[in-house]
Amino acid sequence: MKVLVIGLNHKTADVEVREKLAFNGEKLELGVLRLREIPEVKEVSVLSTCNRVEMYICAIDTESAIEKIKLFLAEFHNLNRSSFDPHLYILSETEAVRHIFRVASSLDSMVLGEPQILGQLKDAFDFSLEKKTTGVMMNKLMKKAISTAKRVRTETRIAENAVSISFAAVELARKIFKELSGTSCMLLGAGEMAELAARHLVNNGVSNVMVANRTYERGCELAKEFKGKPVKYEDFINELVHVDIIICSTGAPTYVLKKEHMHKVMKERRHKPVFLIDISVPRNIDPEINNLDSVYLYNVDDLQEVIDTNILERQKEAAKAEAIVLEEVEKFVKWVSSLDSVPVIVALRQKAEEIKKEELEKLKNKLPNIDEATMKALEYTAGAIVNKLIHPPTAAMKDDSNDRDEAVALIKKIYGINGDDGEE
Amino acid sequence: MGTLLFELALTFYFAAAIISVVELFRGTKEASRLTFYATCTGFAMHTACILFRYFSAGHLPITSMHEASSFFAWCIVFIYFLLEYQYKIGLIGSFILPVVFVLMLSSSVLPRQMMPLDPVLQSYWLGIHTLLAFLGNAAFATAFGISIMYLIQEHHLKSKHLHGLFQRLPSIQVLDEINYKLISIGFPLLTLAIITGIIWANNAWGSYWRWDPKEVWSMITWLIYALILHIRLTAGWRGKKAAILSILGFVVVMFTFFGVNLLLKSVHIFK
Repeated sequence: MKVLVIGLNHKTADVEVREKLAFNGEKLELGVLRLREIPEVKEVSVLSTCNRVEMYICAIDTESAIEKIKLFLAEFHNLNRSSFDPHLYILSETEAVRHIFRVASSLDSMVLGEPQILGQLKDAFDFSLEKKTTGVMMNKLMKKAISTAKRVRTETRIAENAVSISFAAVELARKIFKELSGTSCMLLGAGEMAELAARHLVNNGVSNVMVANRTYERGCELAKEFKGKPVKYEDFINELVHVDIIICSTGAPTYVLKKEHMHKVMKERRHKPVFLIDISVPRNIDPEINNLDSVYLYNVDDLQEVIDTNILERQKEAAKAEAIVLEEVEKFVKWVSSLDSVPVIVALRQKAEEIKKEELEKLKNKLPNIDEATMKALEYTAGAIVNKLIHPPTAAMKDDSNDRDEAVALIKKIYGINGDDGEE
Repeated sequence: MGTLLFELALTFYFAAAIISVVELFRGTKEASRLTFYATCTGFAMHTACILFRYFSAGHLPITSMHEASSFFAWCIVFIYFLLEYQYKIGLIGSFILPVVFVLMLSSSVLPRQMMPLDPVLQSYWLGIHTLLAFLGNAAFATAFGISIMYLIQEHHLKSKHLHGLFQRLPSIQVLDEINYKLISIGFPLLTLAIITGIIWANNAWGSYWRWDPKEVWSMITWLIYALILHIRLTAGWRGKKAAILSILGFVVVMFTFFGVNLLLKSVHIFK
């Protein structure tokens, strides 16, 4: 039985293609069950996110399995085969395992190191577990994918350092203020990015949101959303005394906050630190303000630069992560080869033969006067009993169908046959 | 015995200072743990060394320059432990332990023999006055380390270079708060040290104030820290300005401690 990955992702297919192949909602359950019905497909799990659709499969006779899966995709999604065929990647065995481990570790993600993918993979796996479409191999594969991802998370810094503007804002605020809970924030203007940044700050503990918008009604609406307080746009400078973080994105063509304003505000604040985020273009806050003590002004380019260096850091860490993945893939492949039934059958046979020999030896010692013919007959009978007893397990392990791997694993466990499975 | 303990303490502090500086550049959890253990061991040896000298001399061992430097270092480590306990910022050590090591090193090159104490100075005021002064100065020394951390982190934020040390240093508000706390502890200690000094001087020498250089420079130190606290409370000067003043204050502390002894004539001179 071999591990297969069939799928497409943001690198191989545009969203128009990806959305057509997505298994969402009820389609997921139906899809997983239908895939399992393909005779060559022994175990299956399907991961469908906005960036990728992937089928993880354990199959016998992989070529015909792939063919049938493609047919199924076309029929199930009601598509022309040529519309998705060129976007599909098909990986098998070691490459497939490596791919799954890389996906779980967020090395294949659009945003390197983003944490959601592991949760999505877990959900996909739990779902197929619930629908009973997986077996020994897939269960182990998924468990290992998750533990590999966790190793990557703890042993590298791939998920550290913010890589989006709003996370960078939170990260910076944490290095300015003792704690975010209790700090207050003012939204000046209401751009989408500003709102997102404010939302992240609020999620991280910032209480007290004020909104000052040119159209007061829109400001009120936004303030309501944040359970905050609307402020008249003309008055915003008077309120700054009580504000620790200002997110500015008005459409104004000039500076709305000048150095002399801020100078006065800082005096009134008794120089308590202020964090200013100016995401407007053209800029709305006089850059000179950054020269004031205890005032930290970041514009959109500054934040972008922070993010760019963080991305570089992540890429450096990715090399370490790849090494961890390779290590884990090797371990898994070793385990798979230990599942191979031939050595287990041989070992089982050997074990039975040893027991037979031992018992006959004991008998000989107890009855020293036994004659040759009787002994021969006894040996023959013992052999027959042994053969009959080990025939069903042997047959189960030779049977190239449904539960062979499970049988092999079970027999190894029952008879204590060693198979390099020291990982558990 | 005392010498052996001193050498051991010096060695462990040396190790701690080196590891803590390495930790600054390539921070790992192991380095931070190692720093802490080395400091703990050094501190235990150091405490034993001071106790040994205390019992041999019958008074707090701060009557020679060797003893004074060593005791100053001990007080700083003591405050460092209190800070670690309360704030758990591993990197503090990297900015304080080198100061401790330098003090111990200068102590180690100075003559170590125990001199008989001038009978005029044999009084319980010796212990009280010097302990207050040393603890106060140790608080200022720690505030100096914290202020350097503040300036580094502030520089990161202003210049927008946000990697390396930036990630591991705490927020500037926390550093400012610690700086303030240390000065608010150090200042009353220094004040009390000066007051007890005045009382003791009257008892021993018959006059409260003799314009001795040590007295004058202690007064200057006192004024600087009084100024830091005053403008913080009135004008709200904090952050960068407070950090720079705190560093300046410590330079004066060090001059009062070493400079006065080396350059000026004083009754406070250690033999």
